[in-house]
Amino acid sequence: MRNVAPRRWLLSVMAVFRKDLHSELRTRYAVSALVMFVITTIAIIMFSLGQENAPPEVLSGMLWVVIFFGAMSGLSRTFVMEEERGTSMTLQLLAPPSAVYFGKLLFNFVLVTALNIFTVLLFLFLVNGFVVQAPLVFILTVFLGGCGFASATTVIAAIIARANTKGTLYPVLSFPILLPLLVAVIDATKSAAEGAPLDQVGGVFQFLISYIVVLTTLSYLLFEYIWKD
Amino acid sequence: MTAQIAIKAEGLKKVFNRRVVFEGVSFSLAPTQTLLISGRNGSGKSTLVKIVAGVLSPTAGSVSISGPSEGGYFGHQALIGMVSPYLQMYEEFSAEENLLYASTIRGEAYDQTRAHELLRRVALYARKDDPVRTYSSGMKQRIKYAFALLHRPPILLLDEPMANLDADGIAIVREIMQEHRRNGAVLVATNDLTDVDVYDKRITLDA
Repeated sequence: MRNVAPRRWLLSVMAVFRKDLHSELRTRYAVSALVMFVITTIAIIMFSLGQENAPPEVLSGMLWVVIFFGAMSGLSRTFVMEEERGTSMTLQLLAPPSAVYFGKLLFNFVLVTALNIFTVLLFLFLVNGFVVQAPLVFILTVFLGGCGFASATTVIAAIIARANTKGTLYPVLSFPILLPLLVAVIDATKSAAEGAPLDQVGGVFQFLISYIVVLTTLSYLLFEYIWKD
Repeated sequence: MTAQIAIKAEGLKKVFNRRVVFEGVSFSLAPTQTLLISGRNGSGKSTLVKIVAGVLSPTAGSVSISGPSEGGYFGHQALIGMVSPYLQMYEEFSAEENLLYASTIRGEAYDQTRAHELLRRVALYARKDDPVRTYSSGMKQRIKYAFALLHRPPILLLDEPMANLDADGIAIVREIMQEHRRNGAVLVATNDLTDVDVYDKRITLDA
């Protein structure tokens, strides 16, 4: 990594984030895809469950399946759009790779958090039998799950933006990397639904934090090579 | 300030999918000098410009750009202003918003006076608030000049500088190039050899 003045770097990160947010608010490219996907999937789940009450482990799995595929339909846009519109080179001329990575990561985190809140609210109101008995455990799970999703999907989006088969490659590449995260968040969500105390889920949260730190560090180190050529 | 800038390229080679695009390309460029890179289609003119700009890595060789800057990535990019067919503006934003984000993503404060001055210069001031997607191809080429000159770079890298421009646009670009070479350096990659005599140096790439 080349030497970069810290204050300028931070300003650059925030500007990349603001640019992406402004672009998204104007085009609604990713948000439309995410919202339509979540609504459609939850409607299918409601029709398939009918009046039956599924057990918490099944509903926890379903919640994260919706979030996983919702994220797959929208989070790659941040890099794919740059590549498709030919603005990647514009960004390369303006900012160091690390500033682009962290700006995009921040944007994806905001997007995935909004997706998670929207999906969880729909799930709580519309799906029979989905009750959260330990709200703090649940909020922490959704927050850390969102951080993990954003961290993993941002770097994968940067990789697939350069490929020809972007649409299919994204979930295929993301799944093995997100699998440990998915297993952990499904487990923690089930515990939250059953009313488990915070200390009982502590190990899962430690794993989630480690996962986020390791993945973000690796992505930061690799990003310059992915971004430049 | 610009008197210290210099570009030095040594033994540049680029290979794409086992095809050698060019090799053994060396040149140097000092202040007030202009360099023309010409060659057939596919000979690697744009690739060479991208390597000099630092957005593409050479397979072999090196490019060093020295100049008065704080160093690091921002310092390197602060020395360069680039216009290229591969460089695109954000079409959902207006010309002014594009310049605003160009400044802030560089980590600099937005100088609105400078931006307006450049937009007037490229005759886009009246349309500065319109989204770039509503611009003609010639207007999109003009906004790239405002983008390239916004941070007052001492080195201009111009890939097909006259592309899509009308007579007025071409006159504006010639004026910009002449003005810029008084203190800085200009590197041009083109097949248009109309003004070949005005360049101090010339490299011909063969495909």
